[in-house]
Amino acid sequence: MEKFIDNLSPMDLMRSEKMSLVQLIIPVESAHRAVSYLGELGLLQFRDLNAEKSPFQRTFVNQVKRCGEMSRKLRFFKDQIIKAGLLSSIHPVVEPDVELEELEMQLAEHEHELIEMNSNSEKLRQTYNELLEFKMVLLKAGSFLVSNNNQAVAKERELSENVYSSDRYVEASSLLEQQMRTADQSGLRFISGIIFQSKALRFERMLFRATRGNMLFNQAPADEEIMDPLSAEMVKKTVFVVFFSGEQARTKILKICEAFGANCYPVPEDFSKQRQITREILSRLSELETTLDAGIRHQNKALTSIGYHLTQWMSMIRREKAVYDTLNMLNFDVTKKCLVGEGWCPVFAKAKVQEALQRATFDSNSQVGSIFHVMDAVESPPTYFRTNHFTNAYQEIVDAYGIARYQEANPAVYTVVTFPFLFAVMFGDWGHGICLLLGAVVLIARESRLSTQKLGSFMAMLFEGRYVLLLMSLFSIYCGLIYNEFFSVPFHIFGGSAYKCRDATCSDAHSAGLIKFRDPYPFGVDPSWRGSRSELPFLNSLKMKMSILLGVAQMNLGIILSYFNARFFHSSLDTRYQFVPQLIFLNSLFGYLSLLIIIKWCTGSQADLYHVMIYMFLSPTDDLGENELFWGQRPLQIVLLLLALVAVPWMLFPKPFILKKLHSERFQGRNYGMLVSSEFDPDVEPDSARQHHEEFNFSEVFVHQMIHSIEFVLGAVSNTASYLRLWALSLAHSELSTVFYEKILLLAWGYDNVVIRLIGLAVFAFATAFILLMMETLSAFLHALRLHWVEFQNKFYHGDGYKFKPFSFALIAEDDD
Amino acid sequence: MYGFEAMTFNIHGGYLEAIVRGHRAGLLTAADYNNLCQCETLDDIKMHLSATEYGPYLQNEPSPLHTTTIVEKCTLKLVDEYKHMLCQATEPLSTFLEYITYGHMIDNVVLIVTGTLHERDVQELLEKCHPLGMFDSIATLAVAQNMRELYRLVLVDTPLAPYFSECITSEDLDDMNIEIMRNTLYKAYLEDFYKFCQKLGGATAEIMSDLLAFEADRRAVNITINSIGTELTRDDRRKLYSNFGLLYPYGHEELAVCEDIDQVRAAMEKYPPYQSIFSRLSYGESQMLDKAFYEEEVKRLCLAFEQQFHYGVFFAYMRLREQEIRNLMWISECVAQNQKSRVHDSVVFIF
Repeated sequence: MEKFIDNLSPMDLMRSEKMSLVQLIIPVESAHRAVSYLGELGLLQFRDLNAEKSPFQRTFVNQVKRCGEMSRKLRFFKDQIIKAGLLSSIHPVVEPDVELEELEMQLAEHEHELIEMNSNSEKLRQTYNELLEFKMVLLKAGSFLVSNNNQAVAKERELSENVYSSDRYVEASSLLEQQMRTADQSGLRFISGIIFQSKALRFERMLFRATRGNMLFNQAPADEEIMDPLSAEMVKKTVFVVFFSGEQARTKILKICEAFGANCYPVPEDFSKQRQITREILSRLSELETTLDAGIRHQNKALTSIGYHLTQWMSMIRREKAVYDTLNMLNFDVTKKCLVGEGWCPVFAKAKVQEALQRATFDSNSQVGSIFHVMDAVESPPTYFRTNHFTNAYQEIVDAYGIARYQEANPAVYTVVTFPFLFAVMFGDWGHGICLLLGAVVLIARESRLSTQKLGSFMAMLFEGRYVLLLMSLFSIYCGLIYNEFFSVPFHIFGGSAYKCRDATCSDAHSAGLIKFRDPYPFGVDPSWRGSRSELPFLNSLKMKMSILLGVAQMNLGIILSYFNARFFHSSLDTRYQFVPQLIFLNSLFGYLSLLIIIKWCTGSQADLYHVMIYMFLSPTDDLGENELFWGQRPLQIVLLLLALVAVPWMLFPKPFILKKLHSERFQGRNYGMLVSSEFDPDVEPDSARQHHEEFNFSEVFVHQMIHSIEFVLGAVSNTASYLRLWALSLAHSELSTVFYEKILLLAWGYDNVVIRLIGLAVFAFATAFILLMMETLSAFLHALRLHWVEFQNKFYHGDGYKFKPFSFALIAEDDD
Repeated sequence: MYGFEAMTFNIHGGYLEAIVRGHRAGLLTAADYNNLCQCETLDDIKMHLSATEYGPYLQNEPSPLHTTTIVEKCTLKLVDEYKHMLCQATEPLSTFLEYITYGHMIDNVVLIVTGTLHERDVQELLEKCHPLGMFDSIATLAVAQNMRELYRLVLVDTPLAPYFSECITSEDLDDMNIEIMRNTLYKAYLEDFYKFCQKLGGATAEIMSDLLAFEADRRAVNITINSIGTELTRDDRRKLYSNFGLLYPYGHEELAVCEDIDQVRAAMEKYPPYQSIFSRLSYGESQMLDKAFYEEEVKRLCLAFEQQFHYGVFFAYMRLREQEIRNLMWISECVAQNQKSRVHDSVVFIF
């Protein structure tokens, strides 16, 4: 038997990959290439040998900085491209990788060019904006002034005033003309300009306060929106004209204009002059517009040409930065000609790593080859499972609890089947199962498309768990067939029912019951149970017993796995003083219960199992009477009880005492410690993984063992009880679906009204989709999760390892996206 | 509601308290400061900061960097956090948060007024203003010629208006006047803030009264030291002290008559909390006093985080961040000017 187990070929997922601590000694000239080849390979996890150094004290800090600077430039390009709205037209072009130095120069050139173009176009834009504003001020303010001039200077222009008074603001101003006419000759002056619309109100208030009300403020919204140079957004502006008198007021108003960012433009009072200026401005505006357009076209062209390479450059810089970050984790050796690195790598990948190193040496024409050798490590290696699409989700479920200790038995292997099955026990309904199946199949069918695009967090979770969902739905269909539930409707799939009414009228079916007239229903629950008076007691008894059987089986599996762990780590102590008593304890109590359940099912006995179990403890020597299931049950019970009693001290005491004895034997007569010095041992790197120190503290070990034993003994009872949740949830699920079916759908169908029927159907559909398919799935999922994490895994799983995180370009790209 | 904050505080304040405690966990640690002090260039500082919460704010800055850029970006982060909290806050927390910025507002007003007095460019002055103390019409301050105008034109719209009504004179503005105005405003502001916190009651009142009292006392000492040897009369000096705090009222009487730093010291040493500060200084020295006060303040601010369900954490966090930015500014200046030996002169470690 032992031989057979040893000779089993190792399976990928049973235990994590064998890892080894390796040391690389790479000559400086080929170091960069070597590390980037290793990054492509992605199977080596470097250890940081410079952890005590701050980032800017490391060797390749300048290169890291340069990469940072370059990625800043690239971000700048990207911003510019997005700003110009060109992103959609970019198709990444794959070109041979350029040298880093060359790329740096190219980037600097491009950045310089872009900044220059930006500043040029900004200048142009500013002039353009100013002219545009001037134009608007002329248009709007002119109309205020015209009315002003008309009355003050000449009456004959009344005709034209009428023309201009079409502007509604003129009326307001003309009302005040009467008072101002006299002031006009005595130096009534005005300032015209343009201001952000949002600031206009406050501006007016401020002017009013500053001049103590001695001013007239006219405003009109500008017709066009003007681009704000800072935010590059279009903003609304308001043209204003302020009339005032006196020099002091003028300086004040100018200061306020400056403070509010209002641009002032002089508007000549003479009408013909105004026209002339307007004409000039218009011609200059059109000129500028063409220049601006040409500039923008030029810029867009430059940006597009950058855009072609942008993605490639970005990923290249990302890789370069990762390479230098990794190089920073390496140490210089004594001669300063080689870099020394340490890292974890799976045993199967050693050849590949070596090959990559050789390739690097060859490609960089290095005189000296890299040295690659395995070191022995004290620190526990990282845990690495090679998973595939299918197993990954299950491994994630286990990892969410804790990463497996290095090389310990991996519960994910069993989880692949037990998890969806326990879920299905709680979710048994083949109608609901088919709905889930459809969802899972859709996800899997669109796998290739969905895996490339970015999903929302909820969708991403569903997608990650698509294979879990698939198995869950298949098992639900299976359990649903056993429970004979389809949206709580029983079906006669496997032939007719075994029961029939006592007479033709079937009047006493609900009082006296049915009679069995042929062989039992071949698969699952007989449909006749549905709606009968004894439906619940029958199903409860069935599901409860089934839960206990499943639970005891799974817990036994857990304990057996602890045996394989003990075997694997050559700890006969654990086998003898932990595995054996645990197995005996669990099986003498609950294993026996399972046996009784099976016998009762097979024989159809009427024995009361509660009574048997309880009196097994209270009065084991009493006669069982009518509850006796088989011959010799009483002596067997006494033996089992004694075994269980013996098992408790067995798992509690021997282990700590034997550990203590072993420890004192090992250090017999050695009352001096080992010399701790790195000077005598040139191999030991100062920060290497080889540290050895082990303190033995008896009381701690004993307390730990005590906690462990008590936990197991109490846990045996409470965990078994915990498996009853399988029954409880399954009951809740079937009752809920019965309620929705009978109280909503059938009730609505009772009316002969299409609207009520439709409403009933809609409510039923919503309740099924949201409560039964979503909430119930979630709750059954969580309970299945708990049964695995707590009841199953606490029998053997330590879960205190750490994950293997190789240096890999593929992973870096994923992180950034 | 006194003493029952735990029951109702989280209804409105729980989220923001969590946020602010999260921000506080992002403050630079002693290890960060150690690394920063070893930096050789400003780029090193940027590189180190990019691993902290300041990272996103600094990553798009092209080198070569300047100290002002670093400080500006770090302040921007604080402002962003503040604005986020203010948006999320409900009454009375939002008012409390606004109160925190009034101090900066007073400083900005004084900065602009002094600047225009010395004929500086308004735009240049605006850049120097602390972004937390900005208000809409701040640029218009330059128009005002005297205090009455200042009040009537600009400040009447700001929350500072009630404080200002106490110090209106129609005198023309000069350096001395402005300094007195700053201190009067500050006094009124602190008293108002103190009253507001008392009104809030509970742990907020308890903790904030301690923090504000310390602030008031520190200002009193600073006013005294700075006014020694000026033409400020004793009565005027007395008027600038806030009417609360540990020194109020007897300590103020003594401070008001002080003629040199040693007299101040004698007056202050009667108060046990301040004794320890002054005992660290040698006689006649006042340069290190600022640092000593800052250190004491940081200690008290950190203690504010020990208690839950009060608004003091917001005040404390803002102050701590400001102190951190001051530290960063000092370190960057030292690095930029190759004065690394002086780095430790003014850095106040927060943890």
